[in-house]
Amino acid sequence: MARIAGVNIPTQKRVHISLTYIYGIGPAKALEICEKCSIVEERRVNTLTEDEVIRIRETISSDYQVEGDLRRDIAMNIKRLLDLGCYRGLRHRRGLPVRGQRTHTNARTRKGKARPITGKKKV
Amino acid sequence: MSRSVWKGPFVDGYLLKKAEVARASTRNDVIKTWSRRSTILPQFVGITFGVYNGHKFLPVLVTEDMVGHKFGEFSPTRTYYGHAADKKATRS
Repeated sequence: MARIAGVNIPTQKRVHISLTYIYGIGPAKALEICEKCSIVEERRVNTLTEDEVIRIRETISSDYQVEGDLRRDIAMNIKRLLDLGCYRGLRHRRGLPVRGQRTHTNARTRKGKARPITGKKKV
Repeated sequence: MSRSVWKGPFVDGYLLKKAEVARASTRNDVIKTWSRRSTILPQFVGITFGVYNGHKFLPVLVTEDMVGHKFGEFSPTRTYYGHAADKKATRS
């Protein structure tokens, strides 16, 4: 069991895959970290020595923003837009797409599941 | 794609002049403007602008956080009242 950056406990898998279980680290950054810690791609988490785990932990805490810190930062950025009263803030408030996408159709990620229009009947 | 840095922020020239005058005078009048495309500069902080939205001039008091945004972002051009309940829905 390896605990890196707080709560994440990925094992069995290759190191650069397990690292992507951390919020804020995707495939690209995971590979970057492996390279910095000079860990070969084939290595799995359960073969890591205590020393290597510590090395990974340190590189992440010094060079990357992950988990709670990152989540808080994103939330703060959105909150700034909300308080500003600008267009993007209004879109966040409404739960609509922020970057000018169409809403006539689609936009289901932001709008959530389609709500049926009551009383609409087939002719 | 974001704007090239070497060009500097875009602001309509007349706005700069008007802002300077407004800062020099102690009276804080609303500066009416149609220039929604202008970037809000640090020297605009504290001045109230009336930003036209195609209908009327909405007062926007510029705060420090707004620097770097455009005036148009603070003056919505569309009014949306939501969908009215469908009349057919009440029948049956």
